[in-house]
Amino acid sequence: MSGAEVSLRSVSKSFAGRSVLQKVDLDIAAGQFVSIIGPSGAGKSTLLRLVAGLETPSGGRIELRATGRTADVRLMFQEDRLLPWRTVLGNVQLGLNGRDREAFDILRAVGLRGRENEFPIGLSGGQRQRVALARALIHEPDLLLLDEPFGALDAITRAAMQLLLEQLLAARPRTVVLVTHDVEEALLLSDRVLLVKDGGIARDLVFDRPRPRHRGEPALAALKEELLDGLLTAEGNIPAVA
Amino acid sequence: MTIVADVRHSADMSAASASRGVPWRSLLLPWLPPLAVLAIWHALSVSGVVSTAIVPAPADIWNAARQLAERGELQHDILISLRRVAIGFGIGATAGLIVGLLVGLFVTVRDLLDRSLQMIRTIPHLALVPLMILWFGIGEEPRLILVAMGSFFPVYINTVGGIRNVDPKLVELGRSYGLGPVELVWSIILPAALQPILVGIRYALGVAWLTLVVGETIASRDGIGYLVQNARELLRIDIIMLAIILYAIAGWLSDFITRLIERRLLRWHPNYTDRGKA
Repeated sequence: MSGAEVSLRSVSKSFAGRSVLQKVDLDIAAGQFVSIIGPSGAGKSTLLRLVAGLETPSGGRIELRATGRTADVRLMFQEDRLLPWRTVLGNVQLGLNGRDREAFDILRAVGLRGRENEFPIGLSGGQRQRVALARALIHEPDLLLLDEPFGALDAITRAAMQLLLEQLLAARPRTVVLVTHDVEEALLLSDRVLLVKDGGIARDLVFDRPRPRHRGEPALAALKEELLDGLLTAEGNIPAVA
Repeated sequence: MTIVADVRHSADMSAASASRGVPWRSLLLPWLPPLAVLAIWHALSVSGVVSTAIVPAPADIWNAARQLAERGELQHDILISLRRVAIGFGIGATAGLIVGLLVGLFVTVRDLLDRSLQMIRTIPHLALVPLMILWFGIGEEPRLILVAMGSFFPVYINTVGGIRNVDPKLVELGRSYGLGPVELVWSIILPAALQPILVGIRYALGVAWLTLVVGETIASRDGIGYLVQNARELLRIDIIMLAIILYAIAGWLSDFITRLIERRLLRWHPNYTDRGKA
């Protein structure tokens, strides 16, 4: 399996004295697709940003290992963060020198071949996220980190993006960590679902249904209910219905 | 019903602007007010309502321009003034951009320079005219220094402000995509700050012309300002008005050129993709 191995050893993070994560231990195998769900403010994004190296842990150690070299990590954000002054092609080539062939190939893969000379202003939300995905994937990262990348999209576009991501990963497997607030999305896409709450990993669930999966599958529906229950109790502010 | 009509109307507009070219109205309408003023002015002069001794007729000014042009004075003075603006503005705007970049990018430089520069900024630079003449005489230096000073601050302030307002999320993106410091500035920070910087440059050009008028009027041997000075002594109101019109044309031309540059550089920007900003 290609991709990076990730290991966290008693990783803690606090912002201005407020503890967000406490002594988190986590091992992710190469090529695994892991989703992180949890109530808002539980530290999902912080965990992802720590792995990405955008934040430094207050304690503990994070290691990324790829076979034979340092792991290449790419992060995709909830906002597309396209540079408005660069064309689609220019955005995909950010941090690269040229490499037109690969850029055209990846744009074809995300269905945007022919749009490379347009500015992002002319693209729809889904198209912009596809450019952002292409920009991340052109680097052939060992580890792809996704921070609620489809959270701002409408339901139909989101479903299309999930399908596209699944196809692209099937063609070129790599390790993926996806932060999402959509339990169904997590179950559709991942090999493993982590429920993060109260600064730690509350549940670690391996889910190895064959792909492609369908939203209506009984196993998926049952797990979705279970995880949603876990999330609701985590919120702690839902009054019990008498 | 009106809503339907409005929708269709705006659809037509966008179709017209999308399919190359600007509607003829946008090309012709801006010329209407100046032409109307010219016509009324001409009518008032010819009919004798306004004495041409006080307000020369448009034709008189045209004749004055032709006479000066035949002697070669007009071209000479216009070129001299253009050169002064170009050099003074070039020095001032470039310095404003460079210092603005350094102050915007490096906290140490900001701590060192920003307060002093803000203090100097509050001095009206035209108040330095007498001092400049005493120090440098009536050569080229005082005028160039004044124009440069006038051009420096609008560019400086807008560059610093533009850099400070760059979206930190884009900077984070650049870092996580492995851009080095130089590439980060060139690919992300500068383009993100470009719009305010260009506003500063346009404003600075206006200040440059203004400063030049004052500089040339007070002590000069050539340039459009000298033309005015000389004409005042000879009571040539037509030449004075000609000079004012020349300043207006020069100011409008330089603004027009910067707008063209702006539209080219900011064509990715939602506010500049549409027609109607020139």
